[in-house]
This record gives sequence, C-alpha cells and structure tokens, in this order.
Amino acid sequence: MSIPTPTSGRGAARRRALIGRTVFAAPGLIYITIFMTIPILLVLVYSFFQRGRFGGIVWEFTLENYVRAFEPVYLQVFSNSLVIAGTTTVLALLIGYPTAYAIAKLPTRWRTVALVLVVLPFWTNFLIRTYAWIILLNSEGPINSSLMDVGIISAPIGFLYTPGAVIVGLVYAYLPLVILPVYASIERLDRQLIEAAGNLGASRARAFFDVTLPLTLPGVMIGAIFVFVPSLGNFVIPELLGGGKTVMVGNLIRDQFLEARDWPFGAVLALFVITLLVVLFALQAAISRRINGTGKRVSGRA
Amino acid sequence: MAVHKIGWLRVPLVATYAFLYIPIAVLVVMSFNASKNPFTWTGFSTKWYSALFDNELIRQGFINTMIVAIGATILATILGTLLAIGVARYFRSAVVEAYSLAPAIIPDLVLAIGLLAFFALIGVTLSLFSVLLAHVVFGMAFVSAVVIARIGQTDSSLEEASRDLGASATTTFFRITLPSLAPGIIAGALLVFTLSLDEFVVAYFTDGPSTPTLPIVIYSMVRFGVTPEINALAALLLLVSFTIVISAQRITRLTDAV
Repeated sequence: MSIPTPTSGRGAARRRALIGRTVFAAPGLIYITIFMTIPILLVLVYSFFQRGRFGGIVWEFTLENYVRAFEPVYLQVFSNSLVIAGTTTVLALLIGYPTAYAIAKLPTRWRTVALVLVVLPFWTNFLIRTYAWIILLNSEGPINSSLMDVGIISAPIGFLYTPGAVIVGLVYAYLPLVILPVYASIERLDRQLIEAAGNLGASRARAFFDVTLPLTLPGVMIGAIFVFVPSLGNFVIPELLGGGKTVMVGNLIRDQFLEARDWPFGAVLALFVITLLVVLFALQAAISRRINGTGKRVSGRA
Repeated sequence: MAVHKIGWLRVPLVATYAFLYIPIAVLVVMSFNASKNPFTWTGFSTKWYSALFDNELIRQGFINTMIVAIGATILATILGTLLAIGVARYFRSAVVEAYSLAPAIIPDLVLAIGLLAFFALIGVTLSLFSVLLAHVVFGMAFVSAVVIARIGQTDSSLEEASRDLGASATTTFFRITLPSLAPGIIAGALLVFTLSLDEFVVAYFTDGPSTPTLPIVIYSMVRFGVTPEINALAALLLLVSFTIVISAQRITRLTDAV
C-alpha cells in the first residue's frame, strides 16, 4: 500500500465524498424534492391565481385570495383555531412536563419501558384513538354512566360535540410528541447546576423555576410546536369529536380542496399553517441558542 | 440525572399512563361485548371479529392498505437507508439532514394538498399508486432518522479496515456497512409499515375513489356512528401496531432516535 501524498489524498477524499453523495444521498433528496418541496411550492404558486370552476386553477394572477383570508368569517376561524390549539398546547405541557420529569427520575432500566409506553399510542391509528373518545364521552358512555352510578350527576352531560371534546381529543393525540422532546431536554440537563443552586441555598422550588425550567425551555418549545401546529391542521378531531360545530383551519383547508373546489384559497390557508411552523421553529432556534449560550457561561462559572 | 426518590412525581406518571391507556382498554373490552348496543355490556362474545371477515368493504380496504404499505415500506427502506448513509457519512451538513427529515415534520394536511395539486398538474390519476408514492416520502424520512441514529452508534473503523485490506467499496458496503446498520434498517422498515398501515390524511387526499385504504373505510364508518364491528377492527389494528413497534424497539433502541 502506498502512502498517498497530502494533495492526492485530499483529491481522493473529495472524489469519494462526491461519489458517496451521488450514490447514497441523491436518490432520496431528489425524491423529497419531487414529492414534498415541489408540491409545497406549487401550493405557494396556486395561492396567487384564480380558481377554476371545477377545482384546479385558472392562470390569471390575483391577490384576491389573500384579501379574502381577512374577511370576518375567516378571521373568526383563525382566532377560534388559535384558542383551541393554544389551550391544547398548554394542557399538553402541563401534563407532559411533570410526566417527562418523572420519567427522567426513574431508574435507568425503567426509563426505556416508560418511554416506549409513551410513544406506543402515537404509532397506532389516530382515527381509532379518536374513535375511542367518541365511546368514552358519549352520553351513554362509560364516563357518564359511572358518574351517574356514583350519584354525582343525575342526567348525562353532553361532553361530545363541544370544543372541550375537541381539546381532549387533540391533547390525547399529541401528548407523546410533547413528552419526548421535554424528556430529552431534562435528561441532558447538567445535574451539577441544580445541586449548585441547592448548595447555594436555593429551595427546591426556586432551583426548579430558576435553573431547571429555563434550561429545558428549548425542549418545551419543540414539544409545544409539535402539538400546536398539527392541532391547527387537524380536521378529523373537530369533525368527529366537535360534531362539525368547531371549525378549525384544517377543516377550512379540507373543504376548499375537496368540497368548495377553491384550491387557490385553500392554498392561502395552508400557507398560513406552513408560515406559522417556520416562524415558530426559527423562534425556537433563536431562544435555544441564547439559552445554550447562557448555560455555558453559568457552568463555566460554577 | 441522579436518581432521587420520585415521591409525588408518581402522581403525574400514573395519571398520564391512565389517560393514554384507559381509552384503548375500553375500546378493546367493548370489542368483546355481545350486545349490539356499544355502550351496555351484556356478555362476552367474539362474534364482531367474525363479522369483520364477512365485511366486503373492510376486506377490500385491508387488501388495498397492504398493497400500499408493502410497496411503500420496500421503497422507503431502500431510499431512506441510502439517504441516511449519504447524509451521515458524506454530507455532515445540518441543513441537508434537516431537509431529509422534513417530510416527517411537515403537517400531513399540507403535504396532502400539495401532492393532490401536484398529481393533478402532472396528470397522475389518483389511485393506490399515488398513495404509495406519497407514503414513501414521509416513510423515507422516518427510516433515515432511525438509521442515522444507528450510524451514530456504530464504529466506522471496521469499514476502514475492510478497505485497507483491499476489499472493494461494493464488497465493504454489502459485507460490513449494511450488516452493521441492519437493526436500524429493520426497525425503520417496521415503522414505515405501521405508519402506512394507519395513515389517513395523506391517503384521503391522494387515493382514487374506487380503491379506499382501510383507514379511509374506517373514517367513513366512524362518521356514521359507533358500532361493535369498528371496536373489533380497532382492537386488531392496535394489536398489530403494538406488536410491530415493540419488535422495532427490541431490535434497536428507537428511543435513542428522539
């Protein structure tokens, strides 16, 4: 074996990287470009043109679709969706954070089991998970009948087909997506910082709110985005658990594409969801950079 | 983290698992209910399971779903594995890695309408084939994520040794690289299979009207109300997904891909 000279070595390495990229990465990246990026760019393009009479598109430029999104009817749907998705996110975090925290404190061999139990429901059919709540919340369902048996209520409560039912369904659907990133950020946490806070006389509550919570904020934000954005775009849960009375952005988008056949307007609505996703991720990245920066300084001092 | 007594933290832990699993448990129990009324328990029966096999819509939906899931799994596993190796070994760029994982993060509804518009534009008739093409794109991202995690755990010095000892790039790939990544690849394939089996939103937008997949059949059944037959179907699908995901976890530590 000859020892390559530095130049030829670098050249060979560069050639290997090029071959590797072409053989391994190119097919997948091209596939993603054709079947994800181009379709989404197409949605962007469609938003600037006029609707065809039977769906599809007429190639005449217009900004009308954007103007239309500001009509009171649609603003109402936006604010309604933001409130429901926001409530869902807060509830999911209030349940998910302590759960993730508890899992991180379990003995190692139990931790994996606990995490698998969290993700398991997420990998099952989400129609079925939603359907389970139709049974549970039904006026004849187990919750109402047990409450009546115990004598807390005398007549069944109409849980189903309310915004509350939609929120419960959404929290149920997306809770695993909160617990995982929050757990990851708690697990990575530098224990010494919390011990230092304790040694310096901070109470456990003080140490939690001043040290643990701020340092796990990036994970919390990822979890929040993973609940908030899909909640906005979910049209099945509002339909099945909200009985069609709760209209979310997702329902509007579905209707524009499959019923009203107004693709350009549906495209504008979808862009609203994508923009929100991008902005929230950018915000998360910025905050996470700041916190990691401070984190390093703090541990440097400690 | 150092292990402390978890004390009161037991409360949220138990409450969360109850919240996650009680609805599933109720569904499974109710699938064995003899009564046609899905809310009152009158006795044990497996008749709804046999009713499933006589339901032509469900049977056809199951066949359609299997065609899509098997096809999508094969394609997504090949493309996703290659992509993971390409991204982790030859690009080492956060942007390229984020791009290759993006289909797993993008909201399903956005992907669904984009693909509907795209297929209409290029003149692809909606069918099981268009669903398959759509499932490959996010399935591939999940395979990549799991395989990239696996690459992070493996030692590349074996491959270098193989090359130094004179093996060709192809031999090294098939004899060293692939076997060392096999657990990740198999786990990724299992995940794509169960994702595709259960996927509703994208299939709803990209499927042709005459070939509904099983989730589309379930959706139209659920819209008309609660029946013991859906309970039985639900229980079976839960069993399938649970088995697949637990096997995938046993093959490779999925939780590391988080």
